[in-house]
Amino acid sequence: MSQVVSTRMRLEERVKRVLGSRGALIALLALLIVAMWLLAAAQGIPGQRLLSLLVRGVMLGGILALGAIGLSLIFGVLRIPNFAHGDMMTAGAYLALLALSFLPLGAPLGPFSFGYELLVALVVAMPLVGLLGYTVDRLVFRRLRAQRSPPVIMAMAALGSAFLVRSLIYLFWGADFVFYYTGRARPAIELFAGIRVRPDQLFILGLALAMIVLVYLLLERTKMGKAMRATADNPELARVTGIDTESVIRWTWLIGGGLAGAGGIMYGLDAQLRPEMGWWLLLPLFAAVILGTIGNAYGALVGALVIGIVWQVSTAFLNPAYGPGVAFVILILVLLFRPQGIFGRPGGS
Amino acid sequence: MSDVVLVRSLLLAIPLAFLATRAMPRRLPPAARLVLGVGAGWLAALALVLLVPVGIMAYLVSFAIVGSIYAVIALGLNVQWGYTGLFNIGIAAFFAVGAFTSALFTTTPPTGAAAAFTQQAFGLGAPFLVGVLAAGVAAGVLAAVVGGPTLRLRDDYLAIATIGIAELVRLIFQNERWLANGPQPFRGIPQPLSCLVRDAGCPYLPAPLMELFAPLAPRDYTYVYLAITALFVIVTFLVLERAIRSPWGRLLRAVREEEDAAAMNGKDVARAKLQAFVVGAVIMGIGGALYAHYMVAIDYSHFDPLYATFIIWVMLMLGGSGNNRGAIIGAFVIWGVWTGAAFAVDALRPVLAAISPELPARGPYLRLMLIALLLIFILLFRPKGLIGEERFVSRHTGEREA
Repeated sequence: MSQVVSTRMRLEERVKRVLGSRGALIALLALLIVAMWLLAAAQGIPGQRLLSLLVRGVMLGGILALGAIGLSLIFGVLRIPNFAHGDMMTAGAYLALLALSFLPLGAPLGPFSFGYELLVALVVAMPLVGLLGYTVDRLVFRRLRAQRSPPVIMAMAALGSAFLVRSLIYLFWGADFVFYYTGRARPAIELFAGIRVRPDQLFILGLALAMIVLVYLLLERTKMGKAMRATADNPELARVTGIDTESVIRWTWLIGGGLAGAGGIMYGLDAQLRPEMGWWLLLPLFAAVILGTIGNAYGALVGALVIGIVWQVSTAFLNPAYGPGVAFVILILVLLFRPQGIFGRPGGS
Repeated sequence: MSDVVLVRSLLLAIPLAFLATRAMPRRLPPAARLVLGVGAGWLAALALVLLVPVGIMAYLVSFAIVGSIYAVIALGLNVQWGYTGLFNIGIAAFFAVGAFTSALFTTTPPTGAAAAFTQQAFGLGAPFLVGVLAAGVAAGVLAAVVGGPTLRLRDDYLAIATIGIAELVRLIFQNERWLANGPQPFRGIPQPLSCLVRDAGCPYLPAPLMELFAPLAPRDYTYVYLAITALFVIVTFLVLERAIRSPWGRLLRAVREEEDAAAMNGKDVARAKLQAFVVGAVIMGIGGALYAHYMVAIDYSHFDPLYATFIIWVMLMLGGSGNNRGAIIGAFVIWGVWTGAAFAVDALRPVLAAISPELPARGPYLRLMLIALLLIFILLFRPKGLIGEERFVSRHTGEREA
C-alpha cells in the first residue's frame, strides 16, 4: 500500500520537475508563438503581414529590453521591485522633448523622421534619468534600507515615486499626447519579401542592440560590472568580500535609469508621448524580467524579445489594446510552471 | 421643526449614533452606552440639519458617501495588507468587477431604440442586495483565481500579478462592448430605496414606514444613500473587528509576522493567505457595488490606478495598517485632503497663472503630487500611520500585559 503511494508521489514529483524545467518553459513559449501563428493563419491573415509583425515584435522587444535590463538589475542588485521604472521611461521621453525645445530644428537625417538634434537630446536625457533614479534612492530608498524595511515597503515607496514623477510630468506637459516631430510623414519602406517597416523602427532596433552590447561589455569587462553581478548573485557574500556597496548602488541606478530613459525615448519616437505610457509598459517589463530571471540582464533581453514578439503577433487576431494583457498571460504561465524564470537555478526564486 | 428636517436627521443619526456609542466611556454599562450614544448621535444629527445651510449640508452628505465607500474598500485592503501582509496593488480590479457585476445584476437589458446605444451581456433586474452579494462573489472568485498561483510565491510577485489583473480588467471593460457597453458609460444603475423619495412610494414597505419618509423630496435621496453606505461600513467594521479577535485573525497576523514559524506550528499558511486575499477582495467588490449604485453611470475610466488603487493605499497607510478604525479614519482624512486640495488649488489659480498660463488648467495634478509625497513621508517617518495597530487583539493576552 505504502509502496503504491510513494511511487505515485515520485511520479508526481517527476512530472512537476519536468514541467518546471527550462526546456519545458522554452517549449511552452515556442508552442504559444506557433499556436498564435497557426491561429492567425487559419483566419486567413497573409504570411507577409505575420512576418512584418514578427519584425515589429523584435523591435518592440528591443525597446522593452532597454527598460527590462535596468529593472532586472535594480531588482536583483538592490532588491527593489521598482514600480517607478515605467515612469522613469516616461521621464526620459519627456526630458528629451524638453532638450529638443532648446535645440535648433535640423533637417531629417536620411530616411529617418528625426534630425541630429534627437540624438543630442538622447545623450542629454539618458544620464538625467539615471540621476533621477539615484536621487530618489538617496532621498527615499537609502533611508528605508537603513530602517531594514522589507522589499514590500520598498515597492510601495517605488509606487509613490512613480506617481510623484508622473504628477510632475502632468504639471509640466499636460495630459495630452505629443509627438517629437508634429506632422512629419513617417512612411514605411519595404525591407524584403514584402515586409514593411518604418526606417525609424530599424534605427530603434539598432540603437537598442548597441546599448545592449555596451551593457554586456560593462557587465563582463569592468570591475564595476563584476561587482554588480556578484551583488545580484549573493548580496551578503558580495558585502563580505569587500565590494563597495555605495558605488554599486550608484552605478546600478545610473545604468538602469539611463537605459530606461533611452527606452522611453525610443518608444516615444515609435508611437507618441503620453504621461501614462510608462505605466502601461510596466507590466510587460516585469513579465520580461521574471521570464528571464530577476537580476539576469541577458535573461531580461530574452524575456523582452519574447514578450515583444508575442505582443505584436497577437495583434493579428486580437484587439491591439490587449497587448499588455498578453504579457500578463505569459507572466502567469511563468509563475505557474517556473517562477525562477528561464535562467534561474532550480528551487531558487 | 418641519417633518423633512426630522427625517433627514433620523437618517443622518445612523452613522453619528454609531460613532457616539463607540465614543462613550468604557466604564458605563453597555445598555447605557447604547442609549446615551444613540441620543447624542441623533441630537448631533439634528443640530447639523438645523444649523448647517442646506447647500453645504448636501455637499457634506455626498462627501460622506464617497468617504464611506472608500472606507469599505480600505477595510478590505486592511484584511489583505494590514492583517496578512499581502501586497495587492490591483485593488481597481476587484473594485471594478464588483461595480460592473452589481450593475449587470440589477439593471434590465435595454429594449427598443435604447438597445442601439447600450449593450450589456445580461441584466437580471435583481434587487440591490442581490447585486451587492453578486459583486462580492465575483470579486472573491477573481481573487481566488489570481491568488491561487501567486500567493505561494514571493510577496513582490503578488504585487506584479495584481497590477496585471487590474490592467486586464480595465482593458476588458474598455474594449468589450457586449459586456458592459464598452468604452461608453454604463448608465441607468438603479438607486436602492430611491422609491422612498418618490411620490409613488415603495410597494414592499409597510404603510406606516412609508408615511414616515413621505416628506422626503428626490433631492434628499443622498441622505438615504448615506444611511445605506454607513450601515455597510458599520457592519463590515464590526464583522472584521470580531474576526481579528478570533483565532483566524491571530493566524493571519502570525502569517504576516513570521510565516515559517506559523507553518512550523502546523498552520496551513497558503490557505490562510488565500482566505485573507479572498475575504479582502469580497469586501472591495462590495465597495464597488456601493460605488456603482451611487454613481448611477460608470465606465472603465473610473477604475484607473490612481483613484481606485493608489489613493486607497495612502488611506490605509495614513490611518494605520492593521487597524480597522485607522482604515476608516484614513479613508475620510485622505478623501478630505483630496477634495480640500481641490479648493486650495482653485484659490491658487492666480498664482499659478502668474507662473505659466497653462498651469491653472493642470492645477488638479498638484493634488496627485501631494498625495504621492504624503505616502513617501508616511513610509519614511511614520510607517505605522496615525493610529498604529493594537498590540493585543485577544482579550486573553491583552489585559495582563497592556
